Amino acid sequence: MTGPVGRVTGGGMVLELHEYTAHELQDLLVAKQITAGEIIESVLQRIAQVDEQVQAYVTVVGDSARAQARAVDERIARNEELPPLAGLPVAIKDNICTQGVATTCSARMLQDHHVPVYDATVVAKLKAAGAILIGKTNLDEFAMGSSTENSAFFPTRNPWKLSHVPGGTSGGSAAAVSAGEAILALGSDTGGSIRQPASFCGVVGLKPTYGRVSRYGLVAYASSLDQIGPLTRDVTDCATLLGVISGHDPRDSTSVQAPVPNYRAALRADVHGLRIGKPAEYFGEGLSSEVRQAVEQAIEQLASWGAEIVDVSLPHTGYAIADFYILAMAEASSNLARYDGLKYGYRSGGDAGDLEDVVRRTRAEGFGDEVKRRIMLGTYALSAGYYDAYYDKAQRVRALIKQDYERAFAQCDVLVCPVSPFPAFAIGEKVHDPLQMYLADVYTVTANLAGIPALSIPCGLTAAGLPVGLQLKAPWFQEPRLLRVAYTFEQNTEHHHKTPPVEESRS
Amino acid sequence: MYEAVIGMEVHAQLLTESKMFCQDDAQIFGAPPNTHVCPVCLGMPGVLPVANRQAIEQVMMVGLALHCEIADMAVFARKNYFYPDLPKSYQISMYDLPLCRDGWLEIGDPQGPAGALRRIGIRRVHLEEDTAKTFHVGDHSLVDFNRSGIPLMEIVTEPDIRTPEEARQYLVKLRAILRYLGVSTGDMEKGALRCEPNVSVRRAGAREFGTKVEVKNLNSFRAVKSALEYEIERQARLLDAGELVRQVTMGWDEVRGRTVEQRSKEESDDYRYFPEPDLPPIRLSRSWVQEVGQQMPELPDARRGRFVDKYELPEADAEVLTADREVADYYEAAVMAGREQDLEPKSVSNWMTGELFRLLKEEETELDAIPVPATGLVELIALVEKGTITANSGKAVLREMFATGRPATAIVEEKGLAQISDEDALAAIVQSLLDDNPEQVARYRAGKETLLSWFVGQVMRATRGKANPQMVTALLRDKLQES
Repeated sequence: MTGPVGRVTGGGMVLELHEYTAHELQDLLVAKQITAGEIIESVLQRIAQVDEQVQAYVTVVGDSARAQARAVDERIARNEELPPLAGLPVAIKDNICTQGVATTCSARMLQDHHVPVYDATVVAKLKAAGAILIGKTNLDEFAMGSSTENSAFFPTRNPWKLSHVPGGTSGGSAAAVSAGEAILALGSDTGGSIRQPASFCGVVGLKPTYGRVSRYGLVAYASSLDQIGPLTRDVTDCATLLGVISGHDPRDSTSVQAPVPNYRAALRADVHGLRIGKPAEYFGEGLSSEVRQAVEQAIEQLASWGAEIVDVSLPHTGYAIADFYILAMAEASSNLARYDGLKYGYRSGGDAGDLEDVVRRTRAEGFGDEVKRRIMLGTYALSAGYYDAYYDKAQRVRALIKQDYERAFAQCDVLVCPVSPFPAFAIGEKVHDPLQMYLADVYTVTANLAGIPALSIPCGLTAAGLPVGLQLKAPWFQEPRLLRVAYTFEQNTEHHHKTPPVEESRS
Repeated sequence: MYEAVIGMEVHAQLLTESKMFCQDDAQIFGAPPNTHVCPVCLGMPGVLPVANRQAIEQVMMVGLALHCEIADMAVFARKNYFYPDLPKSYQISMYDLPLCRDGWLEIGDPQGPAGALRRIGIRRVHLEEDTAKTFHVGDHSLVDFNRSGIPLMEIVTEPDIRTPEEARQYLVKLRAILRYLGVSTGDMEKGALRCEPNVSVRRAGAREFGTKVEVKNLNSFRAVKSALEYEIERQARLLDAGELVRQVTMGWDEVRGRTVEQRSKEESDDYRYFPEPDLPPIRLSRSWVQEVGQQMPELPDARRGRFVDKYELPEADAEVLTADREVADYYEAAVMAGREQDLEPKSVSNWMTGELFRLLKEEETELDAIPVPATGLVELIALVEKGTITANSGKAVLREMFATGRPATAIVEEKGLAQISDEDALAAIVQSLLDDNPEQVARYRAGKETLLSWFVGQVMRATRGKANPQMVTALLRDKLQES
């Protein structure tokens, strides 16, 4: 590889297949210019080439991916009609269950111990759509963190600067898509875990409306906030992947019956007459100047293409971090209680000691510090005598935050703001200050608390060559509007054509 | 003098097709361990619960039968604690927003005049999932997850029960209702019904409650009564001795006939209940409640009243015949079939509450397990009533039917039990008897009428007991009066 390359095909530049978007590959596949086998080989080769540095994957399933690619090529040879993602390699965050493929949550608790007997609904949908699982990506242990440094196995590195974090918790998926180690990826977003790594790695990441995508098979962190979503190279792929994974699931009572629109049809490069709200609270203290500059510039561009910029307020934003962490940790304390060493997963010291000893030791040894911190805080928040002051009050604040959005969306169609106050930071830089890490989630957690869809799209690079993301938020189930604005932005800018250097930048 | 204050917590497994939150078959009795399981009821990572509509409707029925207020909105909550039989380490239950609350159940008032009733308040009825079952084998334990996720209904009373006998009556009545509704087998031995009474004592007339003790490990209604009697006695003795009753959980030791302390409740458990985020609140529209109400069968009290009015049965008969839905159904089927034979409903009741129940008890079996259908019983009763067989033969025939399942007529025929009720045949026998005994005939006609019974006896002897005694008597009278 020779550094950043333009994505203009036919201009004399030879692109490797792993550098294409999914929709480009699909066109080539349908035109029989390439085979599914070639796509898989290109991506596997890329993984072999760069994953030692990037460390995006916990597991790569090359053989089964090759076998599936062969099956797709046979279908093509027989001129069969192809499903929407036929032959496209997809990376899955390792907290989403894959039948027969280890699902570790990057946790010692599940390492070497847990191979699911079932596919998550999104995985089943991807398979039905012809997508090929290429591997499982790294994350912060049980999706708790903001940098993928909390993985019990190894930190993933940012393909733009290997000394830096890729963000988290879907850092593995974001880095894989960014580095060409996957064409498409799924992540999960509880408080920003798709959007923040997408912004750090310069890819498109969407957290759908709560209930839009089934959570069945997503190992729960905070059930009322978790949502699975796509990480892709561009908005078109995002729309395609969202369409495949969306829809009501009879196995998830919180998934919504609403019909799934054709998201690709929403991709019009036109924001004329759209009112784009700029919430004052998201541009205050703590926002780094480089991020502010990139986001402000993006807003000016949107205005220049015909959007109306409206100043709005989300007055309860200041309570969001406290609110989010109380609720998320309370739910986590219960969701992670099942890891007791008795049924599956890590068990401490065999059968030594009585039952309580085994459970106590298993949890002491099997969980990392951040997970333990959250379980303890969450347990505290739910305890008798504290419930009203913490959990119950947090539920009421959550309603106020939701109300903030309802009022804001009465004044505008879409909201625009930063994803993270700063770009990717150096590995190790913030790991000893969990509170600072929590506070950095301020721009993303409110979308989870309110349940609205939100998306991150690349909007620039810092002087140090690190990507900056632009966050767009829309009312409940207005993903098409979100995608339309993102598509307009993408079609009028060059940010998504930039690809990371990976090898050269290693410091 | 002390007065006991008793509250009752009953858990009943519901008779649904599938489990509470997954699709597994809920009929697990007798199944090999861990065969009715799936990722959901095993609590594997990533799974989600989906509430069973049939279970919700069954609890609604129970709530309606217990005159409860059915909530507009009910919310599942997580009850968090660690135990090997609880795969998620939390049980999905209900907490502050149960499905039903504030109802009552009427039982007979032992203190009041005959027929007086007492209302036992129902505090709440809610829905939850059963736990798995732990077996201790030697120095290790095994878990069978078949039971994990079976729908479980919890019915909690107000502390309105005052005596162990009232407690027993409450349970009998409650179980009858559950069975009538077809929502639970109520089988305590198989653990389908579990009773956990709590009891405290106080000086008669006192308003304050004493310290409450919970009693567990009760496998029959009789055990509930005995355990409460023992526990009330124990607490009264403690108070008499000037000691305090401690808040503990006691277990009933059936063999030794006493309660034994299981664990202290001084450090109360903190289950950290919070609303289950994986399940949206259940909205119970009034039209849904109404629809479910319309599907409800007639309940025991109403049926008893109807039996008295319609079949002109004494209260006692009606009570016995309606205590169990199967029995009442059987009775009504028999009465219906008996109409064609002109059988009185009371006569059917006599045979059921007498001979049939005696056989059931002897054979330790249930009505739905015997090979005698209601129509079969009616056929037998008709044979007796029409004089084809004697009442005594009838009893023997029923026993045979019970054992073999063969119809009454076949047994009567095979054993030659039919009475000779053919007037011509009997007349011939009578005539030959009179012809053979001219002296006796003369003595009778001379006024020694007590000889009639001797003549009857001779006919019975000649027919080996099969002659219809009433007909023989009438025939003899007629012939002896002829001259």
